[in-house]
Amino acid sequence: MFSGKVFGAVAGAAVLALSATGAFAQAKDKIKVGFIYVGPVGDFGWSHQHDQGRQAIEKAFPGKVTTTFVESVPEADSERAIEQLARTGHDLIFTTSFGFMEPTLKVAKKYPNIKFEHATGFKRAPNLSTYAAKFHEGRYITGVIAGKMTKSNVIGYVGAFPIPEVIAGINAYYLGAQSVNPNVKIKIVFANTWFDPAKEGDAAKALLDQGVDVLAQHTDSPAPIQAAEARGKFGFGQASDMERFAPKAQLTAITDNWSDYYVARAKAVLDGTWKSEDTWGGINAHMVVMTPYKNMPDDVKKMAQDTEAAIKSGQFNPFKCPVVGQDGKEIECKGQGALSDEQVLGMNFYVKGIEDKIPQ
Amino acid sequence: MTTFEAILLTIVTASTPLLIAALGELVTERSGVLNLGVEGMMAMGAACSFAAAVTFDSTLLGVAAGMLAGVLMAALFALVVLGFAANQVGSGLALTIFGLGLSGLVGAPFVGARRDPIAHIDVPTLSDIPVIGRLFFEQDLFVYASIALTILIALYLTRSRSGLTLRSIGENHTSANALGLPVWRVRFWAILFGGACSGLAGAYLALVYTRFWSPGMTAGRGWIALALVVFAAWRPGWLLVGAYIFGAATVLQLHAQAAQFGVPPQVLSAVPYLATILALLLLSLRRGRAVGAPGSLGVPFVPDR
Repeated sequence: MFSGKVFGAVAGAAVLALSATGAFAQAKDKIKVGFIYVGPVGDFGWSHQHDQGRQAIEKAFPGKVTTTFVESVPEADSERAIEQLARTGHDLIFTTSFGFMEPTLKVAKKYPNIKFEHATGFKRAPNLSTYAAKFHEGRYITGVIAGKMTKSNVIGYVGAFPIPEVIAGINAYYLGAQSVNPNVKIKIVFANTWFDPAKEGDAAKALLDQGVDVLAQHTDSPAPIQAAEARGKFGFGQASDMERFAPKAQLTAITDNWSDYYVARAKAVLDGTWKSEDTWGGINAHMVVMTPYKNMPDDVKKMAQDTEAAIKSGQFNPFKCPVVGQDGKEIECKGQGALSDEQVLGMNFYVKGIEDKIPQ
Repeated sequence: MTTFEAILLTIVTASTPLLIAALGELVTERSGVLNLGVEGMMAMGAACSFAAAVTFDSTLLGVAAGMLAGVLMAALFALVVLGFAANQVGSGLALTIFGLGLSGLVGAPFVGARRDPIAHIDVPTLSDIPVIGRLFFEQDLFVYASIALTILIALYLTRSRSGLTLRSIGENHTSANALGLPVWRVRFWAILFGGACSGLAGAYLALVYTRFWSPGMTAGRGWIALALVVFAAWRPGWLLVGAYIFGAATVLQLHAQAAQFGVPPQVLSAVPYLATILALLLLSLRRGRAVGAPGSLGVPFVPDR
């Protein structure tokens, strides 16, 4: 009890000292960076990739930066975990799930001298940045591959929840497939979970049973692509490279690369140049990275590489106008030649050709 | 293979771990002990079985390690609830939390490892019969084991002397003790048996169902197993039916989506749970008959001195 109080006082003093130096001197010699993950670092998907980014920071600034992480933090209870990192002298705190948005904002307001970064959210503050990646760019490329590789002309998609990010992924995947194969059909199953390997596998099997021969997924475990492998069909890795689980089935994987961004942001804090901003990078920013194209004929591979190059150079946008909705009406084009970022981030419609309804 | 056959096959896979875990819990509960630690024991079973299977490249050793992990967890629980007559609900919840955490530690080095599928038993000629052939004669060993286990437990509880002893201890431990029946010993073995089954169910998840390990992969199946015991009114036959209904509802809702039936998946996901509530309702309506929870369920046994 007593020692606990003493420790608290010392830690409190340390935080005060740190914030005081932060207020006067811009650059810092040593910083502490904290991470809050929604899942286990061993999920082999989302949280795993964020942790790769954390490790990249440690490697980039040996002796100058120490990092800590808290994994499997329930969204409802995240405020405590975030505040804990803030109190224990962290200079920069990354929170990596949409549900952490409000708690992060709340803690950020309480600790104005600490920098916060929230992934996939939209609320910012002078000391709170937001960042996310344009996964739909990668999904368009996988769609092009799927459209070429399918023999049954039925491709499948295991979705997590019918939220805009997933809907945009389904649309991009389907538009990509349709661009090379006008006869292609898509079947969609929502698992209603981000992470339940057994159920994700069942969802994949259901799609394969219904005649799907190329399978995409927007859930976090390797179970769906593994199911495709077991049936001799094709699939795509999600968030991480899943080749080891499906060496014959994986055509490519859409991987999240947070490392460059995390290293840059840690450097900004060290240099004293950190600013609150919003980052939404895609293939161009190296935040979405396609693993090598495999298990496909050379012409399909070339097509995928060309599509990737076109997206990277900015010549092509998966949601280039006109985008036509299911009712055959064009979606109002609010961006320059393509749907605006806000339209993609809030996507709540399927494009023409998808014969399914978004569950309400 | 027709779509119909394919659906039936996936239903069997989805139902088997639920059935195995629930059978173990059923025996534990019939002896009068409520063990809410099924989820934790399953998680440990999954982690330890996968770790052992990868390390020794042997599915058999993996299964043994999974069951052993379940037994050790159960022994810990037995020590607390039998030895110290601790509250069973609290101890069981603690066991679940402990198991989920510890399994993360045990499994951490094995994240990302993979196993090849285990061989299915193929009974020649019989497995060529349309529909039922593949369903009944070309499953993995676990499926046959789970069915055999159901029958054996049913026979044990109704036909054997020691099964009768176990049930009487579960119904009224004070009277059973007065009659000189070994309450503690029977309960100890019943708890261990439950642990072995939970561990086996976890092994099935990691080695057959998904063939990789990741933290939290049990995803609440231990809790479903607990609900199934209530659903089945503590009877093995009904447990088999319940587990398969639950597995079928889970798989069919995915197929309904793929076939574009236009029913919201959230509603379909809820079907198994709604079925459980309905079963509980029906059960309570006919409570008048002698079917229900064992009389001493969840009550610590402290003999008079």
